[in-house]
Amino acid sequence: MVALPRLLSVDILPFFALFLPLGGFLVLSLFEPALRRDREERGAGILACATVVLSFAASAWTALHLGDAAQGLEAVRAQYHLPPRASPYMPYQPWIGFDWIDVAGLRVPIALLLDPLTSVMTLVVTGVGSLIHVYSLGYMAHDEDRVRYFSYLNLFTFFMLLLVMGSSLLLMFIGWEGVGLCSYLLIGFWYRKKSAADAGKKAFIVNRIGDAGLIVGMIVAFHAFGTLDLFPLTDAAAARPAEHWGELGPITAVALLLFVGACGKSAQIPLHVWLPDAMEGPTPVSALIHAATMVTAGVYMVARLAPLYARSETAMAVVAVIGTATALMAATIALVQTDIKRVLAYSTISQLGYMFLACGVGAFGVAIFHLFTHAFFKALLFLGSGSVIHAMGGEQDMRRMGGLWRRIPWTFGTFVVGTLAIAGIPPLAGFFSKDAILGSALEERHAVLFALGMATAALTAFYMARLLFLTFFGRFRGGHEAEHHLHESPWVMLAPLVLLAIGSATVGFVKVPELLAPVFRLPEAAARHPGWLPIAATLVAVLGIAGAYWLYLIFPETPARIRSAVHPAERVLEEKYGFDRAYDGFARRVVVDGSRKALWQGLDATVIDGAVNGAGRFTAGVSSAVRLVQTGLVRGYALLILGGAVTLLGYLLWAR
Amino acid sequence: MTHGAQLVTPALLLSLALFVIGVVGVFLRRNVITVFMCVELMLNAVNLAFVAFSRSRGTLDGQVLVFFVLTVAAAEAAVGLAIIIAAQRNKDTLDVDSFNLMKW
Repeated sequence: MVALPRLLSVDILPFFALFLPLGGFLVLSLFEPALRRDREERGAGILACATVVLSFAASAWTALHLGDAAQGLEAVRAQYHLPPRASPYMPYQPWIGFDWIDVAGLRVPIALLLDPLTSVMTLVVTGVGSLIHVYSLGYMAHDEDRVRYFSYLNLFTFFMLLLVMGSSLLLMFIGWEGVGLCSYLLIGFWYRKKSAADAGKKAFIVNRIGDAGLIVGMIVAFHAFGTLDLFPLTDAAAARPAEHWGELGPITAVALLLFVGACGKSAQIPLHVWLPDAMEGPTPVSALIHAATMVTAGVYMVARLAPLYARSETAMAVVAVIGTATALMAATIALVQTDIKRVLAYSTISQLGYMFLACGVGAFGVAIFHLFTHAFFKALLFLGSGSVIHAMGGEQDMRRMGGLWRRIPWTFGTFVVGTLAIAGIPPLAGFFSKDAILGSALEERHAVLFALGMATAALTAFYMARLLFLTFFGRFRGGHEAEHHLHESPWVMLAPLVLLAIGSATVGFVKVPELLAPVFRLPEAAARHPGWLPIAATLVAVLGIAGAYWLYLIFPETPARIRSAVHPAERVLEEKYGFDRAYDGFARRVVVDGSRKALWQGLDATVIDGAVNGAGRFTAGVSSAVRLVQTGLVRGYALLILGGAVTLLGYLLWAR
Repeated sequence: MTHGAQLVTPALLLSLALFVIGVVGVFLRRNVITVFMCVELMLNAVNLAFVAFSRSRGTLDGQVLVFFVLTVAAAEAAVGLAIIIAAQRNKDTLDVDSFNLMKW
C-alpha cells in the first residue's frame, strides 16, 4: 500500500510517460522478425498504441497533480523556514538521479521541467498521438512493413516527449534531433519510391541548416548566461535590461540564432520548403509529425524561452514579421494546389506562421493556445484526407474527386467540423485561438500585421472551403472503376476522426492562455479585445467560404477564367514563389559548380596536389644527387666509416 | 694504483698494433675471408684494451663487455661466413671488389 502512492508521484510518473514509448520502440525493433511472422494479428500496432495510451494516462495524471506537487514543495520550504518563492511560477523538476554531462561548469542532469506549458504539450503529443496511433492500425493494416512503421512512430513519441519535457536546452536538443531523425525515416518510409526518399533527404538537410543556428545559439547562450537549464536561463535573461530595436546584445543574438532552428523545424520562410514535400510519407505521419506535434516544436521553444525573447525588441519583430509573411505566403500558395495533402501542408505552414505572429507580438500563451487547437483540427483534417485517399484507392488529386459526401458520410461529417474549425467559425476551436491572435496583434498596435492576419484568415477560409467543395461536393470526376471502389473506412479509423472532431469543436473553451500566463513571467497584458473583432473575424471567414462556394460550386468554370486572366500572378503561385527553383539553382551553381571548379579544380588540383607532388619531386631531385655516393665498392664504404671514426675521435680529443 | 698498473701501457700498445693491422688488412686485402679475419682482429684488439682498462681500474665492467663482444663476434662470424659461402657460390670468386651489385 505504500508503494502505489510513491509510484504515482509526480517524481516518477513523468519518467514512465517519457520512457514507455521508448520501450515500445525497443521491443518492436528488436523483435521485428518475430512480429513480422504474425501476418493476421495486429500485435505490433496494438503494443505501440498501448504504450502511447499509457503514456497519455501518465501525462494526464502528472498534469492533474502538478499543482499539489508545487504546493508540497512550498510546504517543505516553510517547514525548513525558507522564505516562500517570490515568483508565482513554480516549475517542478524531477531528477532521475544521474547527470548526463558534468564538466567544467556545464552540468546537464537528466531531469524534467514540469509546468502547465509542459502539461499542455505532453497532453497534445500523447493524446492526439494515441488517436493517430489507433488510426494507423486501420490505415497501415495492409502494409508489409507495419512493424517498422509502428516502431518509428513510438520512437518519435519518445523524442517528442523528451523535447517538451527536458529541463535543459541540451535535452531539448536531443529530442529536437530525434524527432528530425524520425521525421526523415517516416517521410521516406516507402523508400522504394524515389520521390519519397528524396523528400526525406530534403527534410533532413533543410532541418540541419536550421539546427546549425540552434547549436550556435546554444553555445552563445552558455557563454552569455553560464547555464543551459531552461529555468535559470530564462530567469537570467529576464533579469537583464531589455535590448532595444537594432541593438545586438547577447539576448538578441541568442534569440535570433535559436529562431533559425525554429524556422527550420516549424517550416517558416526561408526554410519552409521541406514541409510540402514531406507529404510523401504515410498520411497518419503527416497528421502526427507534420501537423500536430513536431512542426510545432519551434513555437514551443520560442514560448518556452518567452522571457528571453520578450527582452529583445529586434527578435520579437523578426519573429512577428517572419510569421506573418509565412502565414500569408503559404495561404496564397494553398489556393492553387490540387493535391489534397499539399493544400493541408501549406495550410499547416500558414497556421504555424500565425503562431509565430502571436509570439512576435508578445502573446505567447495565445500562440500555444493556437498550437493546441490546431493540433486537433489539423490532425482531424489530415486523418480525414487519409480516409478520403483510402477510399479513393491512393488517389490524392482533388480534380479526380467530387461528390464523395454520399459515399463516405462519416469522413465527410468530421471533415466539415475540421474545416469550419480552421476557418474560424464560432464556436469551434479555431475561432477562439485565431480571434485571440488577431486581438493580440491589434492590441500591440501592429496595424499591418493585423491586416495581413485578417487577409490570411479570409484566404484560409477560402482554400479550406475550396478543398471541401472540390472533394465532397459536385460530380464525381474519377473513373468508373474508382467510383466502384469507393468505400467508408473501418471503425478503427473513424473512431479517432470522431474523437478529434469532438475535440476540434470543444477545446476552444479551454482557457489555455490564462492557464499558461505564470509560465511566461511577463507583465499582464490587459485582455481587452474590441467588441467588433469576433464579428469581423467571423464575417471574414464566412466571406471566404461563400467565395469558394460561389466559385467552385455555382460557377465551376470561373476559376479557370480567373486563372487565365491573371496568368502571371498564377504562375508565381504555381511556382511557389520560386523558392524551390532558387534553392535548386543555388545548390547547382554555387554548391556543385563551386565545389567542382573552385574547390576541386582550383584548390585541390593545383594547391594541395601541387604541394604533395612538389614534395615528391623535391625528394627525387635531392636523391638523384645523393645516390651517386652509393658506388657498390665495399672498401670505399669502409674508408668512409674510417674517415668518420677518425673525424669523430679527432673532434672528441681536440675539442676539449 | 693497483698491482697490474705496470702492464697497462704495453697491453694498450699491443692493442693499438693489432687494431692498426686489422684496419690495414681491411683496406689492402681483396680476399673476403682475409678482410673478415681482419675485422675479427680489430674486435679482439678492442677486447684486449677492455681487459687492460678493467685490470688497471680494478673493476669488472670491461671484462663483462668483453663477453658481450665475444658473443656478438661469434654470431657475426656465423652470419658472415654464411654470406661469404653464398657469395662465393654465386660469383665463383672471393674478390671483395667483385661484390658491387648494391649500387644505384
